[in-house]
Amino acid sequence: MAAATQDSAVSSGKITRVFIYLVLLLSALFYLLPFFVMVVNSLKPLEEITGGNMMALPQTWTIEPWLKAWSTAQIGVEATGLKPYFLNSILMVVPAVVISTGLGALNGYVLTKWRFRGDTLLFGLLLFSCFIPFQIVLIPMATILGKIGLAGSIPGLVLVHVVYGVGFTTLYYRNYYAAFPTELVHAAMIDGAGFFRIFWRIMLPVSGPITVVSVIWQFTNVWNDFLFGASFGGQTQPMTVALNNLVQSSTGVKEYNVHFAGAILAALPTLLVYIVAGRYFVRGLMAGSVKG
Amino acid sequence: MGFLDISNVTKSYGSVEVLHHVDIAVEEGEFLVLVGPSGCGKSTLLNMIAGLEDITSGGISIKGRMMNGVHPSKRNIAMVFQSYALYPNMTVGQNMTFGLEMHGVAKPARDKALADVAKLLQIEQLLDRKPGQLSGGQRQRVAMGRALVREPDVFLFDEPLSNLDAKLRVDMRTEIKKLHEKLQTTIVYVTHDQIEAMTLSTRIAVMNDGYVQQLGTPKEIYDTPTNLFVATFMGSPAMNILPAKVSMIEGVPHAEITNSPGQTTSLRFSQANMADWAGKEVLLGIRPEALTDPEGADRKSRNIASLQNTVEVIEPAGADTFVTTTLGGVNIIARMRADTDVATGRMFGFAVNMEKAVVFDPKSKDRIEP
Repeated sequence: MAAATQDSAVSSGKITRVFIYLVLLLSALFYLLPFFVMVVNSLKPLEEITGGNMMALPQTWTIEPWLKAWSTAQIGVEATGLKPYFLNSILMVVPAVVISTGLGALNGYVLTKWRFRGDTLLFGLLLFSCFIPFQIVLIPMATILGKIGLAGSIPGLVLVHVVYGVGFTTLYYRNYYAAFPTELVHAAMIDGAGFFRIFWRIMLPVSGPITVVSVIWQFTNVWNDFLFGASFGGQTQPMTVALNNLVQSSTGVKEYNVHFAGAILAALPTLLVYIVAGRYFVRGLMAGSVKG
Repeated sequence: MGFLDISNVTKSYGSVEVLHHVDIAVEEGEFLVLVGPSGCGKSTLLNMIAGLEDITSGGISIKGRMMNGVHPSKRNIAMVFQSYALYPNMTVGQNMTFGLEMHGVAKPARDKALADVAKLLQIEQLLDRKPGQLSGGQRQRVAMGRALVREPDVFLFDEPLSNLDAKLRVDMRTEIKKLHEKLQTTIVYVTHDQIEAMTLSTRIAVMNDGYVQQLGTPKEIYDTPTNLFVATFMGSPAMNILPAKVSMIEGVPHAEITNSPGQTTSLRFSQANMADWAGKEVLLGIRPEALTDPEGADRKSRNIASLQNTVEVIEPAGADTFVTTTLGGVNIIARMRADTDVATGRMFGFAVNMEKAVVFDPKSKDRIEP
């Protein structure tokens, strides 16, 4: 039976293969085309866009739109460019990712290796946070941030994102550690390592793949978030909000080339994270789900 | 008061009691094997000695110090796990010295201990490798090395050989025995393999259903099993159990085995007190090696009965030949010399060494002591 299917797979191989590659190629084009349009138009002077073809390569190449988007474009009422907002995003995303990933790892460790009464229930409740829509919590969150004095600040945004992210990171680490042999923890206990030492010396060193997953996931979500940034950012708005302000400004000429450059700038960090760690992402997702 | 004292220990999960009033006193330097089928509570008991499971009631003490509630690392024990449980991110050397490091032993002393143990186990060339680069047998050695480095009061082994292939298992078994004889350490060893239990131990605790069925030397366990469970669990092939009736022939008790209505076999008991059971049903236990060809029978025995019966199956096993025949309605196995002239379907004169026979009460399943 198995041999028969293998035979047919080989004989029909060539035609199927051509078909598969064709579909893949078309899909790739479909997704790459918008990016191509953005890159090409961000390197043109404005006249070439308004007077010509969106798909055409620039006649005069210029990085002027990039520089403008970065440092001098009008964002809201000030002509600061995206630079300060980029910095805001970095200041928000780094602690948010580190803290939520760290907490997720710790939670996963406790939920699998230091089981206690009601731990599955607690895990179930933590998972709820993965399914609660952002809009629902806006008003209670605003109240709480106001009460603890973090409204309109970067630490406030970090807190919001950590709270929201911990559900996901806990899920990742719990499933990963569930496949991790408990005998190792017992061995370390007998060897005299305590709670944190076991975590630090035994668990974390083998958590590479799942940490990559968690970091990519958190980084992308926190960086791309618009709603929380717009609602709780105050004077320290993240990149996404600034980009919106740049593109949506209704005064003057619409500088499409600058908008394109700004949009790419806003997307660049997540793109970089994917390129650098993408292949570990898939590997890590698999590792968490399949035991052994 | 033993070196390791397990007194009246029970373990319950919720309302279910899985270990019932276990009492074992282990002397210093003893090699105690806990043996029994899966789910008999042997691993639970070991984990309680290690401190990985709580003790519901009763007490465990090591060197006279009460261990209830004491953290595993403070008991001065070392454990070898079934899966070896080597830390995958550390080298062999780091694995072995991790415990010393956690106990605050200085680096030079650690290196010294590591070098000594590595030499003892002949794993010096492996110290810089990661566990993933080792074979099963090497991992097993490293796991033992990690335990030895600590110089603990008690070694705990949790089915350490069950992940190895058959040949390696026999080699490592000898190795462990050699090590014990050399170091004279106190060992508690859990296994479900009765041959491991027989070969390694100085004493065996046979467990079933959360009870210690019998605690004794391998010879005691093998020759005078306390009940039917111990008799059939220990030994391979298992002891033959035949239903029999005690009848007096010329004033001497005999086991009367009914093959078919009206056709019986009578074997004379060596056990004098069987006369008290005259007319009653008993279970007669005969080990395969007490049921042989006439030339292979034990010459020192004063009670060899002969038995004509049909040979049904012959299984040559190299050193021995196992012969199956039916007696009293049950299949029984005889262990014969390899070159015994037997043929399937023919009558054969079996020799039964009744001196080695044991008798059980069919109601209580306990052995009827002579």
